[in-house]
Amino acid sequence: MNLVLHVWRQAGPKLPGRFERYEARNVNEHMSFLEMLDVVNQGLLQAGHDPIAFEHDCREGICGSCGFVINGSPHGPLGDTTVCQLHLRHFQNGDELWIEPWRAKAFPVVKDLVVDRNAFDRIIQAGGYISVRTGSAPDANAIPVRKENAERAMDAAACIGCGACVAACPNGSAMLFTAAKVAHLALLPQGQPERLQRVLGMVEQMDQDGFGNCTNHGACEAACPKGISIDFIAQLNRDWVRAALSYAPHEAAEGAI
Amino acid sequence: MELRANVPDGPIEQKWDRHRVELKLVNPANKRKYDVIVVGSGLAGASAAATLGELGYNVRCFCFQDSARRAHSIAAQGGINAAKNYQNDGDSVFRLFYDTIKGGDFRSREANVYRLAQISVNIIDQCVAQGVPFAREYGGLLANRSFGGAQVSRTFYARGQTGQQLLLGAYQALSRQIAAGKVAMYPRTEMLDVIAIDGRARGIVVRDLVTGKVSSHVAHAVVLASGGYANVYYLSTNAKGCNVTATWRAYKRGAAFANPCFTQIHPTCIPHSGDYQSKLTLMSESLRNDGRIWVPQRAGDTRPPGEIPDAERDYYLERIYPSFGNLAPRDISSRRAKELVDAGHGVGPLKNGVYLDFRDPIARLGRGEIAERYGNLFEMYERITGENPYEVPMRIYPAPHYVMGGLWVDYNLMTTVSGLFVIGEANFSDHGANRLGASALMQGLADGYFVLPYTIGDYLAGQRFDQVDDRHAACRDTEREVGQRVNRLLSAKGSRTVDGVHRELGALLREKCGMARNAAGLQEALRTIPELRERFWREVRVTGSGAEFNQELEKAGRVADFLEFGELMCQDALQREESCGGHFREEYQTPDGEALRDDERFAYVAAWEYAGAGNPARLNREPLTFESVHLTQRSYQ
Ligand SMILES: Cc1cc2nc3c(=O)[nH]c(=O)nc-3n(C[C@H](O)[C@H](O)[C@H](O)COP(=O)(O)OP(=O)(O)OC[C@H]3O[C@@H](n4cnc5c(N)ncnc54)[C@H](O)[C@@H]3O)c2cc1C
Ligand code: FES
Repeated sequence: MNLVLHVWRQAGPKLPGRFERYEARNVNEHMSFLEMLDVVNQGLLQAGHDPIAFEHDCREGICGSCGFVINGSPHGPLGDTTVCQLHLRHFQNGDELWIEPWRAKAFPVVKDLVVDRNAFDRIIQAGGYISVRTGSAPDANAIPVRKENAERAMDAAACIGCGACVAACPNGSAMLFTAAKVAHLALLPQGQPERLQRVLGMVEQMDQDGFGNCTNHGACEAACPKGISIDFIAQLNRDWVRAALSYAPHEAAEGAI
Repeated sequence: MELRANVPDGPIEQKWDRHRVELKLVNPANKRKYDVIVVGSGLAGASAAATLGELGYNVRCFCFQDSARRAHSIAAQGGINAAKNYQNDGDSVFRLFYDTIKGGDFRSREANVYRLAQISVNIIDQCVAQGVPFAREYGGLLANRSFGGAQVSRTFYARGQTGQQLLLGAYQALSRQIAAGKVAMYPRTEMLDVIAIDGRARGIVVRDLVTGKVSSHVAHAVVLASGGYANVYYLSTNAKGCNVTATWRAYKRGAAFANPCFTQIHPTCIPHSGDYQSKLTLMSESLRNDGRIWVPQRAGDTRPPGEIPDAERDYYLERIYPSFGNLAPRDISSRRAKELVDAGHGVGPLKNGVYLDFRDPIARLGRGEIAERYGNLFEMYERITGENPYEVPMRIYPAPHYVMGGLWVDYNLMTTVSGLFVIGEANFSDHGANRLGASALMQGLADGYFVLPYTIGDYLAGQRFDQVDDRHAACRDTEREVGQRVNRLLSAKGSRTVDGVHRELGALLREKCGMARNAAGLQEALRTIPELRERFWREVRVTGSGAEFNQELEKAGRVADFLEFGELMCQDALQREESCGGHFREEYQTPDGEALRDDERFAYVAAWEYAGAGNPARLNREPLTFESVHLTQRSYQ
């Protein structure tokens, strides 16, 4: 099959970018989208041109490195799929595709389709962990966890941190990413002691890094390659309100919290 | 070169505990005076950096991805072993030790493996406390599954995303230390050399992958946690960036490279589908818990699988290994698949696979139960192949997956260069000639959380250090060498792409130094690789400059190192005139085609020493002695 690509090319963060037209000729329907770009790049290299920069590593949909927008959809048209796992059998011969990087204030372009997502790391650093010293943990079966909670925590923890949610959101909000981590830890008994402090810290960092507000569009959930549910955002909001109203860092709290 | 394993005295069960008492400690107030560099943020690197930071050291951690969370450990699917005996099925530290040492075909260091089995239980505790959402039973306790090479159920898992969840746990612990100011994280930074001063590792030279700037970082000790080199084969299940660069550069600075030919070919991967292919995808070995492996009895049978009656199917693993069946270890399962495909029993459009069939377990357990156990793996398979494994059997074939070889380390995980430590897949590891499933995650975390943080303290406490900064002549010299190499890669201006050369190297190594090897093939590879390397330097085309974000340049540097390393791998395979684990020399096999070890001549670790450009590497041997186990021929029948 043949495809026509319009790819965003931008040499560096502060430089202007534009779409360039390329043709992907005689590509195979079993190729992944990235393998198709590899073929285009081999052609560019052989002609002495700079290849298209795009991020990738595992090519198995788990590391969260890859990601760009195809015809307006983060990771392309297929649901629950990262672009490295998107195969050409989902396109038609002759399709014309517009390929561009995540567009968000908090994710500046590094080059072509590659953006800087370090803001996500900073959100985790602001509390997305459980403080446990190495070697100080009790036996793993000492605290049973309801299977349903463990499963739900795993649903949230499946986030790969690719940034599609931010790219999909008209406000450039990182709410789904943040909520997934908040929910993962809040669903487990081990996450309780720092629960309120965590949500306050992470939300504050999100604001500082220039992510927009969540106005419940739901575009993030639709774009998420891991199917992370927007319900986690509701849970974050509940925790945040409770924390903002009641959290007093130096006072003992009721019950498990 | 002297190889001192530094294994402590005493009975095997007591060695580690005694050693910990004997290790020198660094006074808590002094820890902040020590700088430690950790290269890598996978399970090994992230757990080590987090723990060292927590202990009070000043840590700098480096990775080439844009975030520490994307290290290749994230892709591990199946699970992590631990001798918890939560299933009450007879597991114990000794049994895990024995399974691992036998699984490794008696080519690992006994004391290290025992320590690994001991520590395995602490790892699970640590991970649960961090919030790793392991699979659980209805009663709220942890669930287990079985993995190849074991008859007990000791594998802990988080759906098909165990590596992801363990890595996120370690990454979160690391993030906490970053926030506390104890670890400085350098993503998108590639280590390109080790700085040695007065015979000790005192730092590294790195290239900033965004700006291209080459600079030095000095410290009191350097820890490499840079992962494995299976990408030397080009096609492998590893992430595209996995490389040998960090360990290879350390080798060239005096660290011995151990058992480079010990590579693992994983039996259950999606077969190759075309020339454009950029990687192979693993289907977790856990699928072999329920799936049944077969090929048509008649070679060249082209009927669709559903039309082949049971009587005309060969469930060959169940037939040859009745007691382990589909759970036979990886090396053995892989070789049997290759033999049948070579003999014309292969299935699929390219006749290059065997079936992994879920028809019977679906009938027995119901589709829902199978979906619960393997749903995400089935989806992944369908996404890649366009076929639905609930209805038609999966097609699988072995692929390069993991490397047991790596830099030689002593019991304290230190290389032959003082102050240079290696952890995780990057060291020659505890897996001998073959790794059992679910034990790499265990080893990476054992090294990073529980071994290195103690042993590095002993090293630091016993040394006196001069004040050194990045203006030291050794830093300047090393930076210059790195810069020259980068320029050389950019200046060839030929017509071949880096990937083109890498594919050629990979195909050669898969053929000559892959699942089966023989002297003639290895000798041929040893003639061909230097030619290929020369062509690479002459003909390669790398566009752009060194002073910018340049992915082609990154790749070129890695492939240049693979082109040197591949030769050492073949040299190692050639000298080892026996078969053991994943190293199968066709000349050395039992009448029924199993690996034939030669314990008299080859019960040693082959540790290769760099002898300068143009000279053949020198072989050093660490003899392996076994006090707690009997050497037997591995039998899984
Ligand atoms: C698909 C797949 C599935 C697997 N499943 C399992 C499983 O179920 N159970 C199991 O036990 N094992 C499994 N394994 C094996 C296991 O995942 C790995 O052996 C293990 O995760 C390696 O961890 P590591 O920390 O040593 O290295 P990695 O996770 O590979 O990390 C390497 C780190 O080093 C950095 N790095 C490398 N080179 C440089 C450089 N030059 N400069 C700077 N940084 C550098 C990288 O950025 C990265 O951060 C699997 C492997 C694969 C490929
Ligand atoms: S490359 Fe890892 S998720 Fe796509």
